[in-house]
Amino acid sequence: MTASLNARNAVAALVAVLLLLLPLYSELSGNIFVLTLFTRIVIFALAAASLNLIMGYGGMMSFGHAAYLGIGGYAVGILAFEGVGSGFIQWPVALAASALFALVIGALSLRTRGVYFIMITLAFAQMAYYVASGLARYGGDDGLTIYKRSDFAGLINLSSRVQFYYLCLFCLAGGIYLIWRIVNSRFGLVVQGLRSNEARMQAIGFPATRYRLVCFVISGTMCGLAGALLANNTDFVSPAIMYWTRSGDLMVMVILGGMGSLFGPVIGAIVYLVLEEFLSQLTEYWAMIMGPLLLLIVLFGRGGIMGLLGRFGRG
Amino acid sequence: MADALLRVRNLVRRFGGIAATDNLSLDVGRGELHAIIGPNGAGKTTLISQLTGQLKPNSGTVHFAGQDITRLPAYRRSALGLARSFQITSLLPDFTALDNVALAAQAHHGHSFHFWRNARKEGQLRDAGRAALARVGLEPRANVAVAALSHGEQRELELAVALATGPQLLLLDEPMAGLGVTESSRMVKLLGELRREVTIVLVEHDMDAVFALADRITVLVYGRVIASGTPAAIRGNAEVKRAYLGDARAVTRHG
Amino acid sequence: MLLVVEQFLNGLQFGLLLFLLAAGLTLVFGIMDLVNLAHGSLYMMGAYFAATFVAWSGNFVIGVVLALGATLLLGIVLEVVALRHLYGRDHLDHVLATFGLILFFNDAVRLIWGPAGLALPLPAWLTVPVQIVPGVFYPAYRLAIIVVALAVALMLYLVVMRTRIGMLIRAGASNREMIGALGINIKLLYTLVFGLGAALAGLAGMMQAPILTVQIGMGENILILAFVIIVIGGIGSIRGAFLAAILVGMIDTLGRAFLPDLLRKVLSSAAASTAAPALSSMLIYLLMAIVLVVRPEGLFPASRR
Repeated sequence: MTASLNARNAVAALVAVLLLLLPLYSELSGNIFVLTLFTRIVIFALAAASLNLIMGYGGMMSFGHAAYLGIGGYAVGILAFEGVGSGFIQWPVALAASALFALVIGALSLRTRGVYFIMITLAFAQMAYYVASGLARYGGDDGLTIYKRSDFAGLINLSSRVQFYYLCLFCLAGGIYLIWRIVNSRFGLVVQGLRSNEARMQAIGFPATRYRLVCFVISGTMCGLAGALLANNTDFVSPAIMYWTRSGDLMVMVILGGMGSLFGPVIGAIVYLVLEEFLSQLTEYWAMIMGPLLLLIVLFGRGGIMGLLGRFGRG
Repeated sequence: MADALLRVRNLVRRFGGIAATDNLSLDVGRGELHAIIGPNGAGKTTLISQLTGQLKPNSGTVHFAGQDITRLPAYRRSALGLARSFQITSLLPDFTALDNVALAAQAHHGHSFHFWRNARKEGQLRDAGRAALARVGLEPRANVAVAALSHGEQRELELAVALATGPQLLLLDEPMAGLGVTESSRMVKLLGELRREVTIVLVEHDMDAVFALADRITVLVYGRVIASGTPAAIRGNAEVKRAYLGDARAVTRHG
Repeated sequence: MLLVVEQFLNGLQFGLLLFLLAAGLTLVFGIMDLVNLAHGSLYMMGAYFAATFVAWSGNFVIGVVLALGATLLLGIVLEVVALRHLYGRDHLDHVLATFGLILFFNDAVRLIWGPAGLALPLPAWLTVPVQIVPGVFYPAYRLAIIVVALAVALMLYLVVMRTRIGMLIRAGASNREMIGALGINIKLLYTLVFGLGAALAGLAGMMQAPILTVQIGMGENILILAFVIIVIGGIGSIRGAFLAAILVGMIDTLGRAFLPDLLRKVLSSAAASTAAPALSSMLIYLLMAIVLVVRPEGLFPASRR
């Protein structure tokens, strides 16, 4: 067991160091693009990590997680549009709105299981997409430009690429640390137990839905934070961020990295987005390669990348 | 029985056109070891499931310690002191043996909306878990993943998990299914010790064990009670012999 | 009044189209336990095939028939080459693999037909308004959709409930191993069922094509509606899917048509025009939410499982 952990820990540590030193590399080499690319990757890694909490550890396959990226983003965008530029107001609102949405949607969706849960979370996220498209005041389909990034009163300047990157990285690190603590806590064991054998858990005295719902809300809130970060990153928010294929992207990142592994989502986000970037340089029709690639991964790549590393460690 | 711990009255459960439980009534006294026997298909597991809440009856009532629990969900019954072991081993396969029993203890030691402290380092829970494991003799295997345990050890773990919830009433569904000779006799000895601490309802096919342990026996055939009484009375009951015991002589220990 | 009748019929037509789509999905899910997100892609391919073959042959009917055949063939090829390897796996694997297929199809269509989308013009004899009741006119084409969809639904019912193949399909849904043990070629059965599902999706796509444009991604939007219908209608139930589809079609169409006016009576004009589109699109999801609260197993679930 220690052998396999070593390979995974080594990779995780290596990636962490690389992420920390990236801005330095960007400064020295003058390559700004890599910094902006990885800012985006780090934000999506946070979103993927939040999804991993309910999918990998909780066994809840939500196909609607991109909705929270939109809710967090629109919270920032709408408040900025209405003249409220302070991050101290925008971001808590983003978190609260995401939590509320997760509470309502979770309460409804958790009345179902399996593929129906997948369909329902998908449907509700698409509903959010349609609602946002209908908000003519806030740009509707065309989206909403954010002219000034969230203002933190001199504490940190989001317009500075380097500062913003480190803020995102800090949020990611914080998110993963939080997930680590949750997963090993009483609450986390219950949620994992429910994934493992719900009937058994009910028989020993745990009410299932209650715990799942709280997990769902925590996950949605964390993703809402990613949404607020994303809106600042692109200086723009539109319904497209909530389109269901984005939820699919998040799912792929989680599974690619290895479900139920702490660092998997980070690896998954890096690999998926770098691959997407690389393929789209090659050809305009990169999805024609990505699509079948996904198919092959499902058929042959069990356990994702972290799972693969685990096997290598043992061998 | 006036102060029965468990009182079942006119329980009915249908599946389509078949009555798996057919107007069943039963009393279990506090402190007794009550065995339920019957041929395959008699509806024993269906009955247990209705007692613990995995299944809801179509009609009839179940009272536990004077309280009507007929419509109560499973997790609430566990809180009241009902514990169950499953006929088909139902554990948490991704966890270790100790994790399984510690979780069972956790369910009965306050709430679980704690998000920060490492639950595996909570001494109270781990000790309670180890105690349950020690009871069934699984302490040396505490840190082994469930998937790596032998079938016999898993059956013992089933019992340990039920015990870890600190129950008043243990409902055991064929705890000796698939056990070898040594393991079976160990289980019988264990049940003999447990009966002094907790009321037990035991569903079993192993007739030697049943007659050695039971204070009272209820015989189920096609969802109905055809006889209920002391082992001696059951042994002498002609109808029971005809329906069940005659064939049961051929039913020996498995394994 | 005329407007209400017209919208009512529009709702019926939309609902029937949704049923064709949902039926294919339910069939495949019920028999092979396969979650096929690419079902929407088959809907899109049906539309693209129809637009292409109609333009190529110059004849509407010939084009449609060819397109149906092409979609059926595509479905069979898809099943044999890719999807049959997914049977028995986790539903999550299905979701991911078919999600990959969607990406592939969308880009493949963009490669072959370009990003702009196509138009499927109707022949003259289908554009005439038909007088269904004295004074009430309805476009012939939409009437044709209703008739064809009802006919297909009836045929589906007869095949599934009254023929030997249908019996195998229903039996296979309940117990796969049994069917295999009876010596029936399970692989062939599954391929045929999938082909049937694909044909239904393609038919829905090509029927809808003249009304909406034929474009990339058209499948995804409507697929979600199919999911909503299955959830509302009930688990594993084609009858439920039929009733739910009509219900959803009606609510969506009538809601979009009349909600803005209703809102304007209650709210200010500005508020109404902002809220109306958003609220209209939310209606069916609200319905789904209500169903989930009141009857999570759906309105008309099949009693098995």
